[in-house]
Amino acid sequence: MLKINDVYAKAGDKEILKGLSLEVKPGEVHAIMGPNGAGKSTLGNLLAGMPHVEATQGSVDFLGKDLLDLEPEERAAEGVFLAFQYPVEIPGVNNMYFLRTALNAQRKYRGEEPMDSAQFLRMVKQKIKDMNMRDDLLKRPVNVGFSGGEKKRNEVFQMGVLEPKLAILDETDSGLDIDALKIVSDGVNQLRSPDRSFIIITHYQRLLDHIEPDFVHVLADGKIVKSGTKKLALELEEQGYGWLNQ
Amino acid sequence: MKQKLEIKGGKDPNVVAGDDQEENKVVKARASQKYKEGFVTDIESFTLPPGLDEDTIRQISTFKGEPEWLLDYRLDAFRKWQKMEQPNWAKLKIPEIDFQAISYYSSPNANKENAPKSLDEVDPKLLETYDKLGVPLHERERLAGVAVDAVFDSVSVGTTFKAELEKVGVIFSSFSEAVHDHPELVKKYLGSVVPSSDNYFAALNAAVFSDGSFVYIPKGVRCPMELSTYFRINAINTGQFERTLIVADEGAYVSYLEGCTAPMRDENQLHAAVVELVAMDDAKIKYSTVQNWYPGDENGKGGIYNFVTKRGNCQGKNSKISWTQVETGSAITWKYPSCILRGDDSSGEFYSVALTNNYQQADTGTKMIHLGKNTKSTVISKGISVGKSQNAYRGLVRVAKKADNARNFTQCDSLLIGKSCGAHTFPYTESANMTAKLEHEATTSKISEDQLNYCLQRGISEEDAISLIVDGFCKEVFKELPMEFAVEAKALLDISLEGAIG
Ligand SMILES: Nc1ncnc2c1ncn2[C@@H]1O[C@H](COP(=O)(O)OP(=O)(O)OP(=O)(O)O)[C@@H](O)[C@H]1O
Ligand SMILES: [Mg+2]
Repeated sequence: MLKINDVYAKAGDKEILKGLSLEVKPGEVHAIMGPNGAGKSTLGNLLAGMPHVEATQGSVDFLGKDLLDLEPEERAAEGVFLAFQYPVEIPGVNNMYFLRTALNAQRKYRGEEPMDSAQFLRMVKQKIKDMNMRDDLLKRPVNVGFSGGEKKRNEVFQMGVLEPKLAILDETDSGLDIDALKIVSDGVNQLRSPDRSFIIITHYQRLLDHIEPDFVHVLADGKIVKSGTKKLALELEEQGYGWLNQ
Repeated sequence: MKQKLEIKGGKDPNVVAGDDQEENKVVKARASQKYKEGFVTDIESFTLPPGLDEDTIRQISTFKGEPEWLLDYRLDAFRKWQKMEQPNWAKLKIPEIDFQAISYYSSPNANKENAPKSLDEVDPKLLETYDKLGVPLHERERLAGVAVDAVFDSVSVGTTFKAELEKVGVIFSSFSEAVHDHPELVKKYLGSVVPSSDNYFAALNAAVFSDGSFVYIPKGVRCPMELSTYFRINAINTGQFERTLIVADEGAYVSYLEGCTAPMRDENQLHAAVVELVAMDDAKIKYSTVQNWYPGDENGKGGIYNFVTKRGNCQGKNSKISWTQVETGSAITWKYPSCILRGDDSSGEFYSVALTNNYQQADTGTKMIHLGKNTKSTVISKGISVGKSQNAYRGLVRVAKKADNARNFTQCDSLLIGKSCGAHTFPYTESANMTAKLEHEATTSKISEDQLNYCLQRGISEEDAISLIVDGFCKEVFKELPMEFAVEAKALLDISLEGAIG
């Protein structure tokens, strides 16, 4: 699915990723942990093609395509989804309209028919019910006046509607209360399937109690410094990142 | 990627720099794509030679077969105008206008007669023009539920649905016809809201106005369809000076739409209109404009100078006048649709979206004059500046001594796209009554990188993202427009936004 090969990348002028490699196979869930400023969000931004992150070396293969060669909106249509650490507000644009525009833009890229508003409404109503979320989310302008937790929920909801092949969740669990954490992780678990993969960036092992990862990696100073299974997350929780340097 | 860059930069990367001719061609081709109303109708027309003096005015009046009182009205205005000076506004750079170089009358009927008596007599070329503009005048293809008065240069070429409207007593005709058929109404209200001495361009209009629309809604009648006027400038070097007068009698209601376009020319053309609205007790007038005059090219060459005086008189108790405008066109726009809230409990509204791109300049806003008790006004202004354009909101809220409990709410939001454009807000308030409650809110924002990135990540292209964000910004105004107009307005914004990023 995804193969990151010895990538170096700059965020702004600063070199952040320094020789990062990672392979994600279909259906796998990879958790990425690591200290603040290590480059976790930068990795997500690089994969999503956000303009302020630029690869200087290395390659990224996504389903047989050179990902770094694609425009961000093309990557989205190819199936890359990033749940942002800090989702932005778009005043006046209602969430449902925004999502339909996004979905139809992606469908157009893939040569599929656009979804009309009735079809879309039906689909979205079902999703929001399945995901245990409140449907006033649909009518409100994108993230405007949303609480921190609501914004994160909205990211997961959007993921559910867009059905990506690779979903990158950047600290989607941060700032969630216990119930919201359950809603969000249930949402993710519902979407788990043999041909959909996840990269989950988190600081807390508690999320991994809800979403069972296949692998856990530690990203520090721009590369993966340790990889393991769920057990690694427990060790990190107990001992912090300091011991990795010893 | 390459293709996208092309659109954004407004330049073809395949064109060698310095090859001006080639580049010009590319720019022209693109510009014409952008302003699709920019075509010229090749039609035989009768046009007065350029120049303006009392004889010009007598000639116009003669062509129209006008009564003596109207000629006197024009001449009086002309004499006032001659004593006035062209105003000099702080935020607009207006090149000197040579009023002697403009022609003041152009009619698409070579025989200098007035409008044809019925639509069947209208020159097919004209019908074709309006078809192309999306305003079909033919019986068969008429816009459902919208009656149209089509003004081409200085004359009205036809009004649809007249008979249907007459059945309920609604008068909807060209101004010239109204002068003949309903002189008592025209005489009573002409200049009653905007006197000919009001300002420089209003005086000029009163002297040389050629045509426009007249609407009268009788007592208690709710006009059964939307009324609209479509203004088209075609002839070269002519000015368009139309005059619109709408009177809603007690308890009447009317929704009126105004649209306008002009061919693309390198020369600037002058458009100086006057619109007067009168609302009696419990009457409501909703006036919507989508202004799409040719804005000039990306280097600021050509385009319409749009100097318009629009004013509504809420004369009756509990009357209401609502202005909604979407302004995307013109090289220079100067207009302040206003409400005089004379009747007790009357209310005025102003909803505006003004978008400027390239070298366009817009200075627009409103005046709300509270004279009656418990009068209420609402102002929502959305300014969008792109490119090197300058966009100013200028608003006045005045509360007279006797206007107890006047209320005003004003909200001015500006959105900047790019680094070389400007947005300016000038809210003026004058209150002579302690009980007045005036609220003002203003914001200036930019489309942020983060917003664009967010959209891109969801699969929405940069152009569509900007359009989406701008659409959201204008939401409160668009929802005031009649449905068909809202769709058109949104499409227009998208076209005007092209090349907004680069
Ligand atoms: N646009 C930018 N310009 C300059 N530096 C940047 C930019 N974006 C990120 N950085 C820097 O890159 C480093 C890595 O940031 P990143 O957001 O990837 O960290 P992170 O691992 O996600 O941290 P956190 O756990 O706090 O979210 C930080 O030092 C940050 O300041
Ligand atoms: Mg981060």
